[in-house]
Amino acid sequence: MIDPLSVFILLLGAATPILFAALGELVVERAGVLNLGVEGMMITGALAGFAAAHASGSPALGFAAAALAGAALSMGFAVLTQFLLSNQVATGLALTLFGLGLTAMFGKPYEGMKAPAMISGPLGLNWMIWLGIVLVPAVWWFLARTRPGLILRAVGENHDAAHGLGYPVRRVRILAIGFGGALAGMGGAYISIATVLQWTEGMTAGAGWIALAIVVFAQWNPWGALAGAWLFGGVTVLQLRLQAAGVAVPVQLLSMAPYLATIIVLVLISARQKFGRSGGGAAPASLGRPFHALK
Amino acid sequence: MSNVFRAEGLGKTYPGVRANDDVSFAVEAGEIHALLGENGAGKSTLVKMIYGLVRPDEGRMALLGAPYAPHDPRAARAAGVAMVFQHFSLFDALTVAENIALGMENPPPRAELSRRIAELSQSYGLPLNPARRIASLSAGERQRVEILRCLLQSPRLLIMDEPTSVLTPQEAEILFATLRQLAGAGTAILYISHKLEEIRSHCDRATILRQGKLVGTVDPRAHSARELAAMMVGAEMRLVDRSGRKPAAPVLEVRGLSTVGGEGMALKDVALSLRSGEILGIGGVAGNGQEELLSALSGETATAPGTIALEGRDLSRAGPEARRRAGLLAAPEDRLGHAAVPEFSLAENTLLTAGARQGLIRKGLIDRKAATVFAQQVIRAFDVRTPGPDTAAGALSGGNLQKFVIGREVLGRPRVLVVNQPTWGVDAGAAAAIRQALLDLAAQGAGLIVISQDLDELLELSDRFCALNQGRLSAPRPTEGLTVEEIGLMLGGAHGMEVAHVPA
Amino acid sequence: MFRLEPRASAPLVWQVATPVLAVLATMIVGGGLFAAMGFDPLAAIRTIFWDPLFGPAAGYSRPQLLVKAGPLILIASGLALGFRAGIWNIGAEGQYIIGAICGAAVALAAYPLDAFWIFPAMILAGAAGGWAWGMVPAMLRNWFGASEILVSLMLVYVAQRIAAWMAFGPMKNPEGFNFPGSRNLQQYDPAANPELIANSGLHWGGVAAVLALAATWFVMSRHVLGFHIRTAGAAPRAARFAGVRPERLVALCLGVSGALAGLAGLFEVAGPAGQITESFGSGYGFTAIIVAFLGRLHPLGILLAGLLMALTYIGGELAQMMLNLPAATVQVFQGMLLFFLLGFDLLTRYRIRRRA
Repeated sequence: MIDPLSVFILLLGAATPILFAALGELVVERAGVLNLGVEGMMITGALAGFAAAHASGSPALGFAAAALAGAALSMGFAVLTQFLLSNQVATGLALTLFGLGLTAMFGKPYEGMKAPAMISGPLGLNWMIWLGIVLVPAVWWFLARTRPGLILRAVGENHDAAHGLGYPVRRVRILAIGFGGALAGMGGAYISIATVLQWTEGMTAGAGWIALAIVVFAQWNPWGALAGAWLFGGVTVLQLRLQAAGVAVPVQLLSMAPYLATIIVLVLISARQKFGRSGGGAAPASLGRPFHALK
Repeated sequence: MSNVFRAEGLGKTYPGVRANDDVSFAVEAGEIHALLGENGAGKSTLVKMIYGLVRPDEGRMALLGAPYAPHDPRAARAAGVAMVFQHFSLFDALTVAENIALGMENPPPRAELSRRIAELSQSYGLPLNPARRIASLSAGERQRVEILRCLLQSPRLLIMDEPTSVLTPQEAEILFATLRQLAGAGTAILYISHKLEEIRSHCDRATILRQGKLVGTVDPRAHSARELAAMMVGAEMRLVDRSGRKPAAPVLEVRGLSTVGGEGMALKDVALSLRSGEILGIGGVAGNGQEELLSALSGETATAPGTIALEGRDLSRAGPEARRRAGLLAAPEDRLGHAAVPEFSLAENTLLTAGARQGLIRKGLIDRKAATVFAQQVIRAFDVRTPGPDTAAGALSGGNLQKFVIGREVLGRPRVLVVNQPTWGVDAGAAAAIRQALLDLAAQGAGLIVISQDLDELLELSDRFCALNQGRLSAPRPTEGLTVEEIGLMLGGAHGMEVAHVPA
Repeated sequence: MFRLEPRASAPLVWQVATPVLAVLATMIVGGGLFAAMGFDPLAAIRTIFWDPLFGPAAGYSRPQLLVKAGPLILIASGLALGFRAGIWNIGAEGQYIIGAICGAAVALAAYPLDAFWIFPAMILAGAAGGWAWGMVPAMLRNWFGASEILVSLMLVYVAQRIAAWMAFGPMKNPEGFNFPGSRNLQQYDPAANPELIANSGLHWGGVAAVLALAATWFVMSRHVLGFHIRTAGAAPRAARFAGVRPERLVALCLGVSGALAGLAGLFEVAGPAGQITESFGSGYGFTAIIVAFLGRLHPLGILLAGLLMALTYIGGELAQMMLNLPAATVQVFQGMLLFFLLGFDLLTRYRIRRRA
């Protein structure tokens, strides 16, 4: 029968990559930037992390490499959108396509190799899971209670006013983008190092896009991201259990569940926005708009 | 008396225009010093140089006797200069306390900051709750936040840019009481405005700019408003010709018009009756439903059946194009992004509204030649200064684009024309031309609704006057014989403000 | 340092120059990448860009150009309409797959009949399937304000799984020795989409692509709908002021681009691909996005960009065979092209001035 604790542990495992990516993107969007390249950064982190972990035998080193790789890729996005003022939607897409292609190309040699095992921590959960859970209040604290967090929120809310007050809008955004890239990279690496323990081309299978939806679901609040990630984790685990239990639904249809769930979640939260309390949404007011300081 | 601030020979050139040319003046401690000039005279540029947003090309400044050349607003603030902008740079989703903290160099911890905000705001007669989000505050309250942000840094020079443009007359009185209190404590105040009566009542001296050059520094109380206006404009203002209008039969009936709020102001049971040949003026401080009213009349917002009727025809469910075909035209407030598309040429912009009435769009197909011809007509008839109809709308100056946008509708021979802020941000010459065009249109038998924040303009143009306050429209009154007090009451009294408590 | 000064309007010379610059930059950086990987950069570039057209085996590779370009151009024409209006259909790949499934379903249901109406019915089914799959994000955006980017993208993953299910289940070829995959439609004449001119690679999909280009050109330049689309993309408030109803525009753009993508899928499954397999869907829907941007959302540009992208596909395959270049090179190239285009695009919107 199904043991609730082990199911919960599986849920946490499925949720962790999404949680990392969503937290990272949440910070980026609070700063007013929409980075659709999360999938590209995750897959890059998945490969870089796997390669480093395999070469060194240490998963920790793998995750560090993944963070660096994700952050590096995100800098391409930062240069294009913050210095060259390109369209954020198109640039994010380009980042994803580029990341998927680049990893497919360089990942060939790593197919079939095994990743070093992760050390179990308290309650049988590895330290990445714990890190993810700890990051939630940390990000919340940073945004709500610290001065740098306040500046970041101000930049996302009204970049012209922030600039007028003398705050370095571009620098804040670039730092945020890098942070988002690092976290997305780590989230991707979790899939290759801890979940699947192997590298395959395109293995993130849309996790980055789901993370973007979770940010909307969370209404740009870290605690909401935790709830969303757990929801996604739950759907994934449920779907896998049903598959294993040999339920009379074709495997392919069951594996649609996370994506359908994401659509439903998006619709519900958007509907609540539209028909619920009046007034503007919770989205940062400068989200997606390019910033150009006229001197 | 000592000079807090002195400017000598300040100059600034932008491509194609000399924004400031050899401007010298001084502001003394405890003085409320006005900076007077019409739109485009160079007031903004001058003040941006004082606040460090822009570097002067020539000249020197001194603050408290020492040389003063700030390279950014932080340096200006550190030196003791504070500025309250006309367009607030506030963060809607953040609280009052957070907004103020962002404007300070080293804000105290949250609890103490909130305490100081509550105390200081109370003592200056501008009470504020530090925990409220800006989005929930009125325009007058938001200005208080801006002012408080400045006051917490004990500035020596406080610059205020057109502060009463968003206030009712009663709110403006409270503001002036606060300013007098500050001046009494030794702060120098530089007060930018183009409202002559205000300056004559409250300011000690006035420096007048015209086309970037200094006209002089005078005592406003020693001159009449007319003399000051003449100094601002350089010539006698041409009086506007109000004659020749005979309001006839009703042409537009609005009854029970209500809309839901969403992000803006909800309209509540608005009713009016407009006759052909008549100009109805609607006054009100920004944010009370002006744009919403225009959107409801233009057809961008749908309203309940039976609320809007043009010459007996119910247009309530009709969209903008159907209303245009019936003869109801509109000119919104935002020229760039609403009334016109900045990236499109003037010819293309005619397609936005004049497609049907001018035969520019037939059976779904666009006739580009006809659009160009029509654009040329508008340019000629309204003296729009532009290289040609293929120029992008965004390249025109504010006044010229506004002339084009209004002209596009006027040449459409409407039965009813609704305009929102027809001369906002427009230089005096263009403003006069636009007002005359509106009057001429009414003389030809059209009914006009003019929504404006400029009371002088409304009193000049309209036959009847009413006010929009919190989404409600007051009953229209004939403009003849209306006093400023009555207007102030129609615009809505003070929002629960108190006069300053000053410890003796 | 440099200063950016916004231009009032985008000059034509730069609009044409930026894609060219982007291609050149990609060749240079791509060449550098190959060199770093140990390949001869010049040989690689020549194999990818020159050989498919003029090389020794060009007789085989040239027809492939139209085979690959057709679906790209067909899909990109539809996408461009929406992109111009700020409506982002990222799920064209999913609409392509569903269109193929619907069209194949008609064919498989009719099997083994021989009738003239089968192929036209398949076309209708393909378009309708793609349209419906595109209408889902449209309706969810109109009714609930849900992001069409995320919804259309999620539906890609759903569509892929539906295709896999079809290949293993309902559509599995009963005479297929239990291998997954549907009957091969190329062998079923009434349903087949053959080459119309021998050795040209032109099938009905190519014809449809040309028609789509002509139609979108007409709409964008002469019809008021095109004006509304451009206005909605440039200034949404002005569009509403002009009488555009945002919901109708969303439904139209997503529906039309979905239908065209579905058509492309139908022509592919009845033509070059031949059957529904578990991995049906070779990424045309995503590459078409690049084609649309590279072509500056203009029909003529899309034609050229589609041919160029097709070239990189074929050249990439050639390079894989001849030089052992990894298969994913093409994807990397395409991503790089988009990156460079977005970067150079700055020059159309801003002037670069030296700071005084």
